[in-house]
Amino acid sequence: MTALVALPVLLPVLAAGLVLALHGRATAQRALTVAVLTAVLADAVVLLVRVERDGPVVMEVGGWPPPLGIVLVADLLAALLLVVAVLVALAVLLFAVGQGRGDPESTLAMPFHPSYLLLVAGLGLAFLAGDLFNLFVAFELMLAASYVLITLNAGRPRVRAGMTYVMTSLTSSLLFLTAVALVYAATGTVNLADLAGRTEGLPEGVRAALSLLLFVVFGIKAAVVPLHFWLPDSYPTAPAPITAVFAALLTKVGVYATVRVQTLLFPREDLWWTAAVVAVATMLVGLLGAVAQDDVNRLLSFTLVGHVGYMLLGLALFDVAGLAGTILYVVHHIIVQASLFLVAGLVVAATGTASLSRMERGGAGRVVPPGVRPLFAVAALSLAGIPPLSGFVAKFALLRAAVAHGGAGAYALAAAALLTSLLTLYAMVRVWRAAFTGPARRGPARTAGRSGSALTVAATVCTVLAGLTVTVGAGPLADLSERAADALVHADVYREAVLGGPR
Amino acid sequence: MKTLDLTMALVVGGLFSTGVYLLLQRSLMRALLGFILLGHGANLLLLVVGGPPAAPPIVAGGESPDPRVYADPLPQAMALTAIVITFGVTTFLLALAYRSWLLSGHDETQDDVEDRRIGTAAERADVEPAPAARPDTPERGEGDR
Repeated sequence: MTALVALPVLLPVLAAGLVLALHGRATAQRALTVAVLTAVLADAVVLLVRVERDGPVVMEVGGWPPPLGIVLVADLLAALLLVVAVLVALAVLLFAVGQGRGDPESTLAMPFHPSYLLLVAGLGLAFLAGDLFNLFVAFELMLAASYVLITLNAGRPRVRAGMTYVMTSLTSSLLFLTAVALVYAATGTVNLADLAGRTEGLPEGVRAALSLLLFVVFGIKAAVVPLHFWLPDSYPTAPAPITAVFAALLTKVGVYATVRVQTLLFPREDLWWTAAVVAVATMLVGLLGAVAQDDVNRLLSFTLVGHVGYMLLGLALFDVAGLAGTILYVVHHIIVQASLFLVAGLVVAATGTASLSRMERGGAGRVVPPGVRPLFAVAALSLAGIPPLSGFVAKFALLRAAVAHGGAGAYALAAAALLTSLLTLYAMVRVWRAAFTGPARRGPARTAGRSGSALTVAATVCTVLAGLTVTVGAGPLADLSERAADALVHADVYREAVLGGPR
Repeated sequence: MKTLDLTMALVVGGLFSTGVYLLLQRSLMRALLGFILLGHGANLLLLVVGGPPAAPPIVAGGESPDPRVYADPLPQAMALTAIVITFGVTTFLLALAYRSWLLSGHDETQDDVEDRRIGTAAERADVEPAPAARPDTPERGEGDR
């Protein structure tokens, strides 16, 4: 049964090769990509059910036992995030396919499908990697695919954005490699479970340096302030579905890696001040940046930066309640951010512009199909945390954790979180005003652009519905997050599962 | 306690500093060279942390002699993987630089104008009449970015 753990990586990689060989047969490519992602989703769900019932599933790749051999580990956190990530990746793929149909200048250039599959494989490997070096390989796999996706059909703006994006990511990758080397020099192992037992013995200075270096490495990928500058400059230039999948998943992998590494390798007893300060800065800078923007995609990118701060908030508290809040927030945010970018894609396709001021003047309210309104409303209100939507559930968990933790730092975090929530609502209202309320000016509705095929709308509806499912299933999901967080704080289960022999 | 070869330490330090310096240049070609040097630095660091050079870690015939005569194979395997990855990414960067050269005749990273436009919006509003007063203001073209 351990093969279940390998499939989310193996299937997309093998299919990527096959899809590349099917060059020229667009229908076959689409069908294969969709089929493979569906299979991976089914596999991830089965994995989650098993992990939930029997504890972590560990696979020793090639039969070599850890800590020397490579292991893939699916614990509750990894399995849960894998399910959500693949679900969103599948929905975005359907959106891209729908958008590509009947549009020769589409996002579906030749390398799209293979790159997309490799991206999903990298995501899967990042969630399942059981050692630090494999995590590096996973990041590289994922990022290499993303370099291709962000520069698809490269015109000038995309080449410019691609340069910023690629150079920043590469710098962080090389820092990661350096960190791996230094960790190996200090402890003699890169296996995460093995490391968990060895970092305790390190001198305080070495521990702090390694912890900070890894925080910076993953901080660049997760776009925390002040390492966020690259994100709003590069994401908005990519086509809507690609921006959606990047925004929803890539930064979250950075957050996941931070959570995994810091809880396992550098456990703390009290508030983590560095993360707390960074969390407050990220929330405020991100949302104040968003409020100033005129381009809808840039606005959403800045809110993405700001909301990474919420995930750091839970990590900064460093207790079970805080981490449970972080996990819940990651799940909610993956889905909601993806749906917002997809809705923005529909709006931009209908109005032919991404600029809010031009939408307002052009009478966007008449052009945008009325069905898009409720989709945006649900996603935006959920992001802002209006009860009873999923954002409220996640924010409530975080705020409750902060208040329960007590102390000046935790209260400051809670206050910043509330302010950020308000600013988010303001930013979302700006988009709503520009895109959905028509001006008083009368005139024939412009027939600008296509409003997107039925499949794009269906895919967007799917992500929004998934967001609503998070609300409906909030109870069980919160329970699941709490158990996952408990396993993070008490790392013994993870260590025993990996080092205690195969199951 | 492991001892560190001073020469190697200096080489790694030199590669990192020149690499970072080049990485901060505007031209993508120089940044690429910086990336290559930085990659070499990181790979060399991986090799150095494996300890001093020693015999190939191949145990023949099943006997298990003193492990200290062998080199540590793990960092070497990691360095090999990292080299392959850096190589692949280098070719991608070359293609990107070429693409940029085709499109705009140079490979320099351009500033993002949107930030500056928003940053100076308030100042421009002071100087110019309000947009509402001039309904005929030509809109910014799509190709401006």
